[in-house]
Amino acid sequence: MAVASSAYKKALEGDRQPKEVLVKIERVTKKFDETVAVDDVSLTINKGEIFALLGGSGSGKSTLLRMLAGFERPTEGRIFLDGEDITDLPPYERPINMMFQSYALFPHMSVADNIAFGLKQDKMPKEQIEARVAEMLKLVQMSQYAKRKPHQLSGGQRQRVALARSLAKSPKLLLLDEPMGALDKKLRSQMQLELVEIIERVGVTCVMVTHDQEEAMTMAQRIAIMHLGWIAQIGSPIDIYETPTSRLVCEFIGNVNLFDGQVIEDAEGHALIESPDLERGIYVGHGVTTSVQDKSITYAIRPEKLLVTTERPTGEHNWSRGTVHDIAYLGGHSVFHVKLPSGKIVQSFVANAERRGARPTWDDQVFVWWEDDSGVALRS
Amino acid sequence: MNISRSISRRLPRGRHVVIGVPFIWLFLFFLLPFVIVLKISFAEADVAIPPYTEIYAWANNQLSVVLNLGNYIFLSEDDLYLAAYLGSLQMAFFSTLLCLLLGYPMAYAIARADKEMQTVFLLLIMMPTWTAILIRVYAWMGILSNNGLLNGLLQGLGLIDEPLQILNTNVAVYIGVVYSYLPFMVLPLYANLVKHDQSLLEAAADLGSSTFNSFWKITVPLSKNGIIAGCMLVFIPVVGEFVIPELLGGPETLMIGKVLWQEFFNNRDWPVASALAVVMLAILIIPIILFNRNQAKEMEGRA
Repeated sequence: MAVASSAYKKALEGDRQPKEVLVKIERVTKKFDETVAVDDVSLTINKGEIFALLGGSGSGKSTLLRMLAGFERPTEGRIFLDGEDITDLPPYERPINMMFQSYALFPHMSVADNIAFGLKQDKMPKEQIEARVAEMLKLVQMSQYAKRKPHQLSGGQRQRVALARSLAKSPKLLLLDEPMGALDKKLRSQMQLELVEIIERVGVTCVMVTHDQEEAMTMAQRIAIMHLGWIAQIGSPIDIYETPTSRLVCEFIGNVNLFDGQVIEDAEGHALIESPDLERGIYVGHGVTTSVQDKSITYAIRPEKLLVTTERPTGEHNWSRGTVHDIAYLGGHSVFHVKLPSGKIVQSFVANAERRGARPTWDDQVFVWWEDDSGVALRS
Repeated sequence: MNISRSISRRLPRGRHVVIGVPFIWLFLFFLLPFVIVLKISFAEADVAIPPYTEIYAWANNQLSVVLNLGNYIFLSEDDLYLAAYLGSLQMAFFSTLLCLLLGYPMAYAIARADKEMQTVFLLLIMMPTWTAILIRVYAWMGILSNNGLLNGLLQGLGLIDEPLQILNTNVAVYIGVVYSYLPFMVLPLYANLVKHDQSLLEAAADLGSSTFNSFWKITVPLSKNGIIAGCMLVFIPVVGEFVIPELLGGPETLMIGKVLWQEFFNNRDWPVASALAVVMLAILIIPIILFNRNQAKEMEGRA
């Protein structure tokens, strides 16, 4: 867990350290026939960071990764690595290595030969290759399996070998394609932390592609949310979760309650939103940028920040009556589905802090409330 | 209950029938004839019907079995037979090599083509085999003869003045054999190559390997079983090939199939012909065993 918290810490401190750009993707578009897989994407990846491309299937994340690896040529735009234009370089001339989703280990070669493959292409002397392979095997704790063939290994072991193989050539950039895709759930969380630890120990810059938000948030320092070929938002896991800039990002990452409404009061230090779903106004503890013509806005609030109580809140704003519509008990917390008088159902996470405390149950009259700065006002 | 169960256990069931049918087939039409051939090879030629002596006799309450090894000794004494075996093996070896060199790129191209085109290409490969081999070999006679299509074309283009003597030479036999057996090389190679995981080649490229290098280091080793299967399917039948050398070959073409035919039909020496066949089988059994061992090893590896 120390690793995860260090990644978390780094994300928090990110801005303080001087950043050096390693990869620069400049207005890259990729079309397959007439389908646009990647649509005018620009982004930079800093040296030493783990960067995640997160999105559903068809979001273009894999195509973007394959363009970094050199398996696909951008239809338009340029890709720079360390200032050098690599857009037209074939994969075998790029100092970039990839760990494939299927691992793509060569089935006819032993573990050691798999790791040595890339080094042999560089015509490295034999003793140096052996030393490097031994070093890599040690790094991923697979030394005793050097002579095995891939089919004699478990899923987790194969992944370690695949990682060792992609790190053997000390690439400037490491690409991970759905790194946990082939592992079962329990092994996943363990390997996520292990992978981050190894990557950080080696100090390689890493771009990963995943559809699993938990994986992206655990492993990456920065995340780009991709949707239909464009990037919806780039930021640290905290930025993306706590300050999403669009409804799309908000709904993609985690659960959220959304209230559509109108801004009726907009001042320097606060704003008031009225929503047909709520009897009372939403008081926002900061100014909201609105246009003069369009006052419509969406207020998003995460279920863990929406609190359920049986006592009537005293404030003027930011609460509502409701009845418990459904409860899902998940052990650590329960999800309360509360039906508001307007008929809208909102979700609230209630931590089960006591073993058997008195909690509201089905059809109980309850109140939901939230703090002034718990939610986010979204313009799009 | 117990009795009926033990009876029903002994009764043939579905899977016994399924395994039993090919088993009986092979026994009746492969093993039994071979035993007969083996028996005849130990007999002596005779002017009789059938034209050989029995190897066992029953007289004075004694069963005497006489194994006459004379036929085998005779084979080793006459250089003709050794030359014929070597000729067949040589023909089989080089035809297999030619089929591999021609067939591999074809199979590779088919395996990399679009899914719909693959079916079309495979059909084109297989279609000639729907016509009887005899007719196709006769057609080659028409193409290769001195006043045939090929010589006519070359003369018409002014490339040659005199017709090339191709028919009735070993070249014609090679052309006929490679043509006839190419599908047997292409199909197993295709079946192997089409299963290859493209991401392995991408991984190799990613690790710095050029396309050419990846082909030799990844594709070829991984298609080893397809290569072996294809080579066996060509090599084994070509060793015993009779029709093609008979029709396209000339006096220089010395192959065991032809010699066997002559011994059997022209000389009516069934025992020597049988001995020839047995020796040929013994020669072929070595590659067959190697092939099977390779297959078994592969099965273990995959499990």
